[in-house]
Amino acid sequence: MSPTRWDFPVELCCRPMAFVTLTGLDVVYNAVHRAVWDAFCANRRADRVPISFKVLPGDHEYPKCRTKRTSYEWYIPKGILKTGWMNKHLNLVPALVVVFYELDWDEPQWKEKQSECATRVEIVRQSLQGRNTKVAVVLIQKKTPLPPGEDVIASERAAALCNACELSGKSLFVLPHTDHLVGYIIRLENAFYEHAQTYYYTEIRRVKSHKEFLNKTTHQLLFVRHQFKIAFFSELKQDTQNALKNYRTAYNLVHELRAHETNMLEIKTMAGFINYKICRLCFQHNTPLDAIAQFRKHIDLCKKKIGSAELAFEHAAWMSKQFQAFGDLFDEAIKLGLTAIQTQNPGFYYQQAAYYSQERKQLSKALCSHESSVTYPSPDPLETQTGTLDFYGQRAWRQGILSFDLSDPEKEKVGILALQLKERNVSHSEIIITLLSNAVAQFKKYKCPRMKSHLMVQMGEEYYFAKDYSKALKLLDYVMCDYRGEGWWTLLTSILTTALKCSYLMAQLKDYITYSLELLGRASTLKDDQKSRIEKNLMNVLMNENPDPEPDCDMSAVKTAQKLWADRVSLAGSNIFTIGVQDFVPFVQCKARFLAPSFHVDVPVQFDIYLKADCPHPIRFSKLCVSFNNQEYNQFCVIEDTQQMGDILENSAQGTMCLVPGKTRKFTFKFVAKTEDVGKKIEISSVDLILGSEIGRCVILSWQGGGGDAASSQEALQAARSFKRRPKLPDNEVHWDSIIIQANTMIISRVPNISVHLLHEPPALTNEMYCLTVTIQSQEKTPIRDVKLTAGLKPGQDANLTQKTHVTLHGTEMCDDSYPALLPDIPIGDLQPGEQLEKTLYIQCGTVGSRMFLVYISYLINTAVEGKEIVCKCHKDETVTIETVFPFDVAVKFVSTKFEHLERVYADIPFLLMTDILSASPWALTLVSSQLQLASSMTPVDHLQSHVEKVVLQTGESASECFCLQCPSVGNVEGGVPTGHYIISWKRTSAIENVPVINTVITLPHVIVESIPLHVNTDLPSFGRVRESLPVKYHLQNKTSLVQDVEISVEPSDAFMFSGLKQIRLRILPGTEQEMLYNFYPLMAGYQQLPSLNINLLRFPNVTNQLLRRFIPAYIFVKPQGRQADDTSIAAA
Amino acid sequence: MAVCIAVIAKENYPLYIRSIPAEHELKFHYTVHTSLDVVDEKVSAMGKALVDQRELYLGLLYPTEDYKVYGYVTNSKVKFVMVVDSSNTALRDNEIRSMFRKLHNSYTDVMCNPFYNPGDRIHSRAFDNMVTSMMVQGC
Repeated sequence: MSPTRWDFPVELCCRPMAFVTLTGLDVVYNAVHRAVWDAFCANRRADRVPISFKVLPGDHEYPKCRTKRTSYEWYIPKGILKTGWMNKHLNLVPALVVVFYELDWDEPQWKEKQSECATRVEIVRQSLQGRNTKVAVVLIQKKTPLPPGEDVIASERAAALCNACELSGKSLFVLPHTDHLVGYIIRLENAFYEHAQTYYYTEIRRVKSHKEFLNKTTHQLLFVRHQFKIAFFSELKQDTQNALKNYRTAYNLVHELRAHETNMLEIKTMAGFINYKICRLCFQHNTPLDAIAQFRKHIDLCKKKIGSAELAFEHAAWMSKQFQAFGDLFDEAIKLGLTAIQTQNPGFYYQQAAYYSQERKQLSKALCSHESSVTYPSPDPLETQTGTLDFYGQRAWRQGILSFDLSDPEKEKVGILALQLKERNVSHSEIIITLLSNAVAQFKKYKCPRMKSHLMVQMGEEYYFAKDYSKALKLLDYVMCDYRGEGWWTLLTSILTTALKCSYLMAQLKDYITYSLELLGRASTLKDDQKSRIEKNLMNVLMNENPDPEPDCDMSAVKTAQKLWADRVSLAGSNIFTIGVQDFVPFVQCKARFLAPSFHVDVPVQFDIYLKADCPHPIRFSKLCVSFNNQEYNQFCVIEDTQQMGDILENSAQGTMCLVPGKTRKFTFKFVAKTEDVGKKIEISSVDLILGSEIGRCVILSWQGGGGDAASSQEALQAARSFKRRPKLPDNEVHWDSIIIQANTMIISRVPNISVHLLHEPPALTNEMYCLTVTIQSQEKTPIRDVKLTAGLKPGQDANLTQKTHVTLHGTEMCDDSYPALLPDIPIGDLQPGEQLEKTLYIQCGTVGSRMFLVYISYLINTAVEGKEIVCKCHKDETVTIETVFPFDVAVKFVSTKFEHLERVYADIPFLLMTDILSASPWALTLVSSQLQLASSMTPVDHLQSHVEKVVLQTGESASECFCLQCPSVGNVEGGVPTGHYIISWKRTSAIENVPVINTVITLPHVIVESIPLHVNTDLPSFGRVRESLPVKYHLQNKTSLVQDVEISVEPSDAFMFSGLKQIRLRILPGTEQEMLYNFYPLMAGYQQLPSLNINLLRFPNVTNQLLRRFIPAYIFVKPQGRQADDTSIAAA
Repeated sequence: MAVCIAVIAKENYPLYIRSIPAEHELKFHYTVHTSLDVVDEKVSAMGKALVDQRELYLGLLYPTEDYKVYGYVTNSKVKFVMVVDSSNTALRDNEIRSMFRKLHNSYTDVMCNPFYNPGDRIHSRAFDNMVTSMMVQGC
C-alpha cells in the first residue's frame, strides 16, 4: 500500500543516527577513494558506531541557518513542529564535515598543497556559517606512518597544517592507504562519532538555552517543540535514556496545550508521534510493560478527543493507526527476542486497529455520502504552495493560524468537503482486511484458535462488504466447521446467513444448496419465517427456477446475481449435486437400523431407515436408496417415486415420498442374503436421499454408514443420559431419540438339523490307537449332499499338542509323525432323511494331558427363502475333551543275588534287575511281550527271556520280571553306567484283533559300578539233610593286580559240625582264585545259619568282613533225616 | 454490573448465555467464545496442581477496549464467563468472585433438579432470575 495521510513519516520511525558528511572523495573515478568509501558504508554491522554517512562535494551548500533570535518577546509560533525539521537533522545538517585530502608528509610541494587544503576547509566553513557543525581533515597517505614522535617532519608539518586550516590537533587525521584499511576506518569513525556527540550535545544546550526566554501564555507550542527537539537530539546522540525522559516531558506538555476543534488534529498528531517514540524506546530498553502502560494512557487521553464532528472518521483513522503502529512495534520487539503471551500479544492491537478502521468506514459512510452532483471543490483547498504542510497536523487551508475562531467559515466548509470526498475514495475494506489478517497471524502464534476463527469471520464479512464474494465464502467456509464442532449454533447461523448471501450473489449452486440445507436444519437458530423463505428458495432452485434474493444485499450485486442465476437455468449440464452430510447438520436426519445383529442365511435380512425433517414445511423427495459394502444388494433397497412399492412392507398407502416436519418416518427393507456372504458382515456404506428430480435439479443427500451428521453424536449422548420419560406415541410411531443406529449385521449359516454322537472309551492311553466312533444321523426333511467330516485336534491349542497328536482313519497301522493332527473334509457322501452313518477314527496321543477334539460335519441342502431357491451350507460341530494317561507304571530296581537291595553293583559280580509293571489303565491291558535291550556295558548272565508274555493286567494289577546281569569293570564313571532299555509290547485287551501292538520303551536307570578287591563265590547245594555231609566250596577270587594276604577263620555254629581249615592265612596271586573246601555236617533241621566265614583282607583294611559277607550265603535249609526204610520202599516203588 | 453471563459445557458448547442489550447478542457470543481460548489455556496449566488446592476463579481472561471478561471453571469443567463493562471500575476482584460463587450455587441447584439432564441447555426460572439480578444491580 502506498503511504496514506495517517502513516507516520519515515523520519519518525527510523532510528536516528549521527549524520556525518564526507567531502573531497571522488568515489566515481578514484579507486582509492572508492575503497575508502566502501569501507565506511559497506557491511555496517551492529557493532559499528551508529553514524549515517553521506559523500558530498566540498562546495556543497548546506541549509542556511536562520539568524539567531535574541528575544522571543514578539515571537508567536505558528505550529508545534515543522514538517521538515526531523529530516533536516537526519539527512541535511551534518554533525561533522570531514575533508579528505591526499597529502604525504614528505610531499615535495608541501606549501602549495597545504594552502590548497586550507582553502578547501575554508569553503566548507563558509557554507556552514552559523552552525556548530564540526570540521575535520583526513589526509590520505600512501606511506605507512612512523610511530608518533619519531617522524620529526611529520609533527612539524601537522602543526603547520592545523595552523593553516584553523583546526585543533584533534581534528586532523591521517589515513594511510595500506592493507589495514578497514581497521583504520573503524578507528576514524570512532573519532568522528565523538565529534558528532559533542556537536549534538552543544545543540541540546543551545535549545535548552532558549527556554528562559519563553513565557507560558504565548509560547506554549514552543515548550513542546523544544522538548521534542531536545529528545530528538538526545536520540541522535544515542542517549536514549535522556531521550525517553524528554519525550515523556514533551508528551505531558502536548496534553497541556489548549485544545480546540481547530487544533485538535495537530495536538493528536504530535501526541501520536511522541507516544510512538516513547513506546519505541521502552521496547528498546526492554521494558515492554512501560510501553504498554504508556500506550494505554495515550489511548485513554485521546479516545475522546474526536475533534470536528464532520470529520469524525479522521479520529477513527488516527486511533486505528495508533493501535496498528503499537502492534508493529510490539511485533518488532518480539522478533528481537521479547516473549509475548496469550493475553498480551500484538494481535489484540491489530484487532483493535481493525475495529477502529471499521468504525472509520461506518463514519465515512454516514458523513461522506454526498450526492453525486457534489463535485470536488476547485481550487483544491488541500493544495499548498510547497506541496506539503509547514507544520505537522495542520489544515492546509489555514496553516499557521492559531486563532480558535474561524476567520473564513466558507473556506472551512470547502476544506471539510474536500476531505470528505477524499475519504470516500479510501478502500476501507482493504485496510480492515490487512489489519485483521495481521491479527489472525498473531493469534495463530499465541494459541488462540477461537479468536483466530472470529477474526476470520470478520475478514470474511469484510470481503463480503467489499464484494469479493469468493474470498468471503472461502474464509467463512473454512471456519464454519470450528463453530459447528463446538456447537455454537447462534454463531454458526450468523456465518451461514452471510455465506448464503455470498453464494446467492455468485449463483454458486452447490454452496447455495448446502447452506440452505443447514440453515433449514435443527442447528439453525433462524426464525420460522426465515426458514420458510429459505425452503421456498431451495424448492425453486430444485425446480430449476431462480431463488428470491437474500435480504439486505447490495442492489447492484443482486442485479448481477439475477443475471447469473438466469444463465445457470438456461445452461444444461450437470444438475446433480451430491452432498455428503456427515460434515454438517442438514434439515433431514437419517438413521438406519438392522433388525438384528445377525441373520441366518435362510431368512431374509431386514432393516429400517428412519427419516425426519426439521424444516418448516413438508418436503417431497424422489428417491431413497441404500448402498452396502456388497454392492449387489443395492438394487434391492431403492424406493422411487415412479416405481411400484415392491419391497416396501408398510406405509405404502400414505404419501410415501413426503416427509412431514417433526415426524419420524420409517421405511422397511428386506432382501435375501447371498450364500457367499455367510460369515461376512453386511454393512450399510451410505444412505442416499434424492431431492428434486432429474428434470430440474437433483440433490443427493448422502449419509455415510447408517446415518448421522455433525451434531448427531452429541445428541445421541444426551439422549442416552436422559432420564426423561418420553410421551407415549401411537403404535406405528417411534421416538427419534430412541432409535439407535445399527449399520451392520452378520450373515450366519443356516441352523443344521443333524445329530452327531461320539462313542469312545476314555481315557486314551499314551501312544495307543484310540478309537473314536462318530455317528451321524440326518434329521433334515430333504436329502443332504456333500456331507464332509473334519475331525481331529481342535486348532488353537498348544503347538506341542499338534506335534504329538495324530489322527487316521485306519487303525491297523501305527501313526508316524507324517500323520496330521486334524483330518479335514473327509467326504462321506449323501444322506437321505433319517439315514445314519458311522465313521471310526483313530487318534494317537504321544503325550499325557487333556486335549480338545473337534468333530465338524458340513453338508449342503437346497432350501427356499421368500420363493427363492438357495443352496445352504450347514455345519455342526462337536468338541470333546479326552484325557491321555500312561497305561502303566514301570518300577525297576537292582538287587543282589541274595535279593538284597543294591545301591551300587560290583564289577564282574552278577546282580539282578527286577522290573515291575503296574497297570494304571482303567481298562484291561494285554502285555504281548517284553524285551530287555542291554547297553554295551552290561552282559546277561543267563538267557534273557520274557516272563510276562500274554499276561492280562486288570487295573491295579502288576507283573514283575527278573534278569540276572553282570557288569564288567569300567573304572569310575560319573553318574553311573547305562543299563539299557526295557521294551513292553502291549495293547488294550478289548481292542480288535488287527490293532497294532504298542511298544513302550522304558529307559532303565543308570547304575553305579564299583570294583571290589576280593570276591567270594560259594558253591553250595540248595539244601542239606540232617546228618548228611554237606560239601561247601568257597572260591576266593583276587580281583586286583596285587598279591593279597587273606586271613580266614570260621566261626563254629551250633547247627553244624564241620571239617576244613578253621583258621588260615594265605596269599592269593593277582587274577587267580583260591578254593576253600569245607564239609558241613548239619545237626538240626530247619532254616539254619551256616558257620560264618570271616575274611580279613590285610591290604585293604577298609573292605570289611561285613561287605564281603554279602556274597557269602549265611543260611541254608536243612531237611530232616529221612527214614531209611521209606527210602528203600520208595526206591522199590 | 455484568453485561453478559454465560455457562459453557465441558465440551465447550453453550449451556446458557444471556446478554444486555439484546442487539449486541451476537457480539457477546463471539466474545464469550473467544474467551474460551484463555480458559482452555488456564485450565490446562492448572491441571498439574492438586485438585483440592485448585482455585475455581480464573480471574480476568482478557481485556478488550470496551469490556473485561472474567472466567470461572467448576471441578466438572463447566465454565462460567462474565463480561463486564470496562468503564465500570467499581467492580473489584472480590465482588466478581462472589458473583461467580453465587452463579455456581445457582448452577448447582439447576444440576440438582432431577428433571434436568446434564448437558442440556439450561431453562430454569430460578437461574434466570439470579442472572437477571446480577446483570441489573451488580452483586
